[in-house]
Amino acid sequence: MSADIAKLENIAKQVRRDIVRMVHSCQSGHPGGSLGCADFFVALYFDQLHHNTKFNLDGIGEDLFFLSNGHISPVFYSTLARSGYFEISELATFRKIDSRLQGHPTTHEHLPGIRVASGSLGQGLSVALGAAQAKKLNGDDKLVYVLMGDGELQEGQVWEAAMYAPHNKVDNLIATIDLNGQQIDGSTEQVLSLGNLKAKWEAFGWDVLETNGNNMAQLVQTLTEAKAHTGKGKPVMILMRTEMGNGVDFMMGSHKWHGVAPNDEQLAAALNQLEETLGDY
Amino acid sequence: MKKYTYTEKKDTRSGFGAGLHEVGQKNNKVVALCADLIGSLKMGDFKKDFPERFFQVGIAEANMMGMAAGLTIGGKIPYTGTFANFSTGRVYDQIRQSIAYSGKNVKICASHAGLTLGEDGATHQILEDIGLMKMLPGMTVINPCDYNQTKAATIAIADYDGPVYLRFGRPSVPIFTDPNQQFEIGKAWMVNEGTDVSIIATGHLVWEAIQAGEKLAELGINAEIINIHTIKPLDEEAILKSVGKTGCVVTAEEHNRIGGLGDSVAQVLAKNTPAPQEYVAVNDSFGESGTPADLMAKYGLNAESIIAAAKKVIKRK
Repeated sequence: MSADIAKLENIAKQVRRDIVRMVHSCQSGHPGGSLGCADFFVALYFDQLHHNTKFNLDGIGEDLFFLSNGHISPVFYSTLARSGYFEISELATFRKIDSRLQGHPTTHEHLPGIRVASGSLGQGLSVALGAAQAKKLNGDDKLVYVLMGDGELQEGQVWEAAMYAPHNKVDNLIATIDLNGQQIDGSTEQVLSLGNLKAKWEAFGWDVLETNGNNMAQLVQTLTEAKAHTGKGKPVMILMRTEMGNGVDFMMGSHKWHGVAPNDEQLAAALNQLEETLGDY
Repeated sequence: MKKYTYTEKKDTRSGFGAGLHEVGQKNNKVVALCADLIGSLKMGDFKKDFPERFFQVGIAEANMMGMAAGLTIGGKIPYTGTFANFSTGRVYDQIRQSIAYSGKNVKICASHAGLTLGEDGATHQILEDIGLMKMLPGMTVINPCDYNQTKAATIAIADYDGPVYLRFGRPSVPIFTDPNQQFEIGKAWMVNEGTDVSIIATGHLVWEAIQAGEKLAELGINAEIINIHTIKPLDEEAILKSVGKTGCVVTAEEHNRIGGLGDSVAQVLAKNTPAPQEYVAVNDSFGESGTPADLMAKYGLNAESIIAAAKKVIKRK
């Protein structure tokens, strides 16, 4: 693996700046989970995915990514823009009237890079399974990725899909769960505990890997390893521990920044901690 | 009154099964998903001849709808198959977000709709599905009337790019439409031209409307009968032209009075040329166990109900 970890970390810093500036500008949105997943998105889009930023929805011959926990749209939009799917200046329109950057991602406004709407939780794994099956029918050997939140696992549909994938040997799929342990009303342990997720997914028949989602080197290593686990008759699951709000000290580790925008002072304090590496939009 | 006869009865779900098999032969983009109801949905021939394009998802309808949305990414044309109840209410949010809002080319094929499901009772007899589905922006809603029309519709929707709800039923009913018909989405079928009252019917109620039309003719009432197989988009022109001529309308459907074909027709008339209207529909209630014929009689969904409604609405002109 020849990934330039320092370069990826630099991009992730800029993505974090974009996230806090976007949610500050419209005074709404979900900074906590977005910040926690910034490293994952950058590792995926700038190192792992075979993808074409000249967007084609069918994505034949490309790796596909689906975001199931659509509320972390800021990190998705920033990553897509920084990858070249659309102009970075468009990030300024996030959640504002007439924008293609809706509160939750959608195909409805034809934003390049988005292949399905998400926001109502629990649906992304099923969609990814369908796309993975279409790839097999098309003789397309590229992979399908999906990210889910950990609180999202409380949705029953996730476990319908969890049961389907191993039974049907959907082994061109890499799912990831953002394990930040937080949801709107508190920690997942307080609200509805998830139990031993490794044991649960393995019991369903998945090949389960674990990683630190806020350590770029380890993340790249795990994603690379996950690729090597595909094509062996089992779907692949990465349990990715992250810290909600990672990169901004006062947002870290608390569910309180799940869906709250920073005020002007908080924005300044956050930006002080996040280097402008690629130039702000 | 134009004469309609039949030599054979068949269930509309068998029309779906035959159509699915035929469109599967013609178009290799067509794939099918089923939630543990292959026999009930008559999907066995498709499964047998195109096993690689058939997906048994188990009793997991939410996952089925999401997978169908995903299969369109890569160019497939998925047909999902389960009972109407489990095709709509159970998975409404999945359809809303992953299919309708996402503009996915999924064909939601729903059997055992309405009261004629029969003995299983109200848990399975959905009477709200047309309303639920027609409220979704961009959703096409089709409710064919016999085996031939269902088969033709099943084949035709593959050529339309967008989400479709295709509703059909369980019981054997007369086959009276042309086996070689070209099904055109959104185009009403003029069953019988008349002058005194417009009877606008969908699904199983079209045959009942024909029976009613014959009896009304004997009473000297000349009924115009129109089959609306596509409830959305609605053939407003055909409805306005007919009611413009007859001055009153009876709508007939195997659905709740609220939210079905009748309400769609009423909206068109209210916006353009208001006219007296009577509903032959279930009066905002759940169904119950019984034979299809007993249920249709008890809930007022047969030829006798249409005749009574026609007499009543003519007096209101």
